[in-house]
Amino acid sequence: MKYDVVVIGGGPAGLASAKSAYENGAKKVLILERDKELGGILQQCIHNGFGLHKFKEELTGPEYAQRYVEMVKGYPIEIKLETMVLNISQDRVISMINPIDGYQEVQAGAVILAMGCRERTRGAIAIPGERPSGIFTAGAAQRYINMEGYMVGKKAVILGSGDIGLIMARRLTLEGAKVEAVVELMPFSGGLNRNIVQCLDDFGIPLLLSHTVVDIKGRDRLKKVVVAKVDENRKPIPGTEIEYDCDTLLLSVGLIPENDLSKEAGVNLDSRTNGPIVTDSMETSIPGVFACGNVVHVHDLVDFVSEEGERAGKFAACYVSAENCKLENVSNIKNGDGIVYTVPQMINLDNLQNKLEIFMRVNNVYKNKKIVVREGDNIIASFKRVHLAPGEMEKILLPEVLLKRISKDITIELQEVI
Amino acid sequence: MYDVLIIGAGIIGTGIARELSKYNLKIAVLEKDTDVSNGTTKANSAIVHGGYDAKEGSLMAKYNVLGTSMYEDLCKEFSVPFKRNGSLVLAFNEDELEHLNTLYNRGINNKVPGLSIISQEKLRELEPNVDDGAIAALHCSSAGIVSPWELAEALIDNAVENGVELFLNTEVKSIEKLDHMFNVTTTTGIFHGKYIFNCAGVYADIIHNMVAPESYKIKPRKGEYFVLDKNQGSRVFNTVFQCPSKLGKGILVTPTAHGNLLVGPDAQDLDDRDDLSTATDKLDYIKFKGSHSIKNINFRENIRTFAGMRAESDRGDFIVEESSVKGFFDIAGIKSPGLSAAPAITLAAVDLLKNTGVNLVDKKDFITPRKHTPFMHLSTEEKAKKIKEDNRFGRIICRCEMITEGEIIEAINRPVKAVTLDAVKRRCRPGSGRCQGGFCGPRVQEILSKELNKDMKDIILDKANSYILIEELKK
Repeated sequence: MKYDVVVIGGGPAGLASAKSAYENGAKKVLILERDKELGGILQQCIHNGFGLHKFKEELTGPEYAQRYVEMVKGYPIEIKLETMVLNISQDRVISMINPIDGYQEVQAGAVILAMGCRERTRGAIAIPGERPSGIFTAGAAQRYINMEGYMVGKKAVILGSGDIGLIMARRLTLEGAKVEAVVELMPFSGGLNRNIVQCLDDFGIPLLLSHTVVDIKGRDRLKKVVVAKVDENRKPIPGTEIEYDCDTLLLSVGLIPENDLSKEAGVNLDSRTNGPIVTDSMETSIPGVFACGNVVHVHDLVDFVSEEGERAGKFAACYVSAENCKLENVSNIKNGDGIVYTVPQMINLDNLQNKLEIFMRVNNVYKNKKIVVREGDNIIASFKRVHLAPGEMEKILLPEVLLKRISKDITIELQEVI
Repeated sequence: MYDVLIIGAGIIGTGIARELSKYNLKIAVLEKDTDVSNGTTKANSAIVHGGYDAKEGSLMAKYNVLGTSMYEDLCKEFSVPFKRNGSLVLAFNEDELEHLNTLYNRGINNKVPGLSIISQEKLRELEPNVDDGAIAALHCSSAGIVSPWELAEALIDNAVENGVELFLNTEVKSIEKLDHMFNVTTTTGIFHGKYIFNCAGVYADIIHNMVAPESYKIKPRKGEYFVLDKNQGSRVFNTVFQCPSKLGKGILVTPTAHGNLLVGPDAQDLDDRDDLSTATDKLDYIKFKGSHSIKNINFRENIRTFAGMRAESDRGDFIVEESSVKGFFDIAGIKSPGLSAAPAITLAAVDLLKNTGVNLVDKKDFITPRKHTPFMHLSTEEKAKKIKEDNRFGRIICRCEMITEGEIIEAINRPVKAVTLDAVKRRCRPGSGRCQGGFCGPRVQEILSKELNKDMKDIILDKANSYILIEELKK
């Protein structure tokens, strides 16, 4: 079986890329989704705040997902649910299984990786202590509550102040649980400011910055969590322990792009994003294999995931019709002072479009800085920012006129506003 | 009235149950936990030692070497992962090199096959990632890695298929010796038996003292571990030790039978037999020591830390004997290399029973273990065929370990049913991957709830009160 474009993952990134691939001329498009329905993790995000950029209105996760599901279903795009991809070969043969077709292989003109991300666990950060039940990743608790309809506990501590942790602090409170505290290792929150206000401040839930969990007690169900303050090296300070009686610990300690398939296929990954290194066309190091969404880097807002998906879909379609995406004249984007990563990491100078969005994260909280794009000592562009934080993804837009000035590698960095 | 009561369903208790199930005996296994293999058997280094560590003439030396030689056939018979990957003891200086010689000679005396002292060059060939400071190593090609809990589960399944009765959640409270039988009072009732095998692990002395005068003490010794992602599993090929100290064989770095990397254990003598907590300073020590053997282990790829308890006895050797009370057998102090020795200890235990004059009559309709291949190990054609026969094998529930719904349902419905999330995990691995059940946990719970016809909130994680959900949301 042959398809022009095969999209792996039917979440927001995959849906947007499939739709865009079809709109840009790919005739046979196939979406492979491992779950029993489309929409990905959005389906369990029943809070609102999605779609402000994309649809100029506040939608819930399932509502946002539904808009894209309907758009995709409006086209003759093929969808296979409960389908697990086992392997992607270098020449884009995809092997998969599902309960209906059994084992199957298809040949793809182009592949779009859109597998999303997974949560870091207790093991990933080696939280010491006993091993009772009652310790959940925030996402697993969200699934139990919002999709299975069961409550996970009565009294909780949440470790990690990323957006899922903050959202779950509010969700547990609304369902009648007491959230004792949200504990954050860093001296700043990893979540969006609006979520700190709406999920913690509005409910009087304390946020303990520069704190972490140092012990877990309970041999069957969780009984106590011990929290301590950390020093500037993030090491717990003895004598600062606070003991919380609680039956639940939620972990919101980071998301990792899920690139097991990409790795097996030989796609080069970026050690900072944990996702594929991509060009401005969202093409990976393997020609004809594109990537978008949280499998590339973890986004704050689904709106940007959709945009990235649309870009991947468009260039995947273009690859199938023209195969014109040769990587010969490439500019690498280097991370300068204050920048943790950028996406894309490369610009294909032979293939420049009329404008280029570059996403990035900064390594600390900053006030009054400028994001500078330079080639050698030559400053190509500079963007003022009043406030920068690691929890809020930054985006700059390079118009065509500036892009044309680029001839080799560029650096993006933060500089003082003088 | 039972002929034989076995207390404890670890690798020893399940092994004896299965071996005795070949004969016409009425046998019950009493286990205090919610599942078999839930004590020392599930939390250890999961390695099969060569047998050069134990002192010449000790039971440890005898049963280790014999047990290790039995592993290939045993694991094949029970479809349990086992690999003879070999082991290395590293020497970093002249003193340690001297120690390698001592181990080598002891190994030769113990009749360990496949022993040699290898040079730095040969060592680099075998283990490219070994620390630059290692100057030589003792190589033992007969050492291996195994999945211990899967072996115990397979043993008890086969024992139960052959008529052994397993009582879980059944904790022994007291034992009374009458003329020709024992009365064993448990949390679920009284059991009468003619013979008792005490296989209670770190609780063996307490069980022994219920019926016989004290003759040994068990000192629990805790060890903590890191389990790293499969992407770190090929950092080493052999099980790599450092030279041992008084407290044990030191921190090892080893691949596991499932392809993960295991680093640990340390050794902490404790009073609390159930303290399986981990501590940051201990884990840091293990990380430090492990990194001394093998270069560039990426501990950011850790997926789980855990602690296990070994049953150290004050006799310094395995205890495999009839106690001063006739018909009460102690199989105790089975510390390292207990797992390696287990198959041999099992046979020795059966001999103890034979020696009492019990007439063991072969069971005519003895059922052999079922053959089993994990779905992902099947060929493409076999996979396609399997899904055609039962489409639940086409539905992946655990995406990290690629475990299908069909396998989970099979695991739940084995002769000894898996009724907890962790019991399913131990039998077919959903939740043992890098997401640690974050994705598949709720779905496995759903499948358990359906298969066992229980409410979601009545499905527990592992221990008796380890509930996961508290109530349905208000509608």
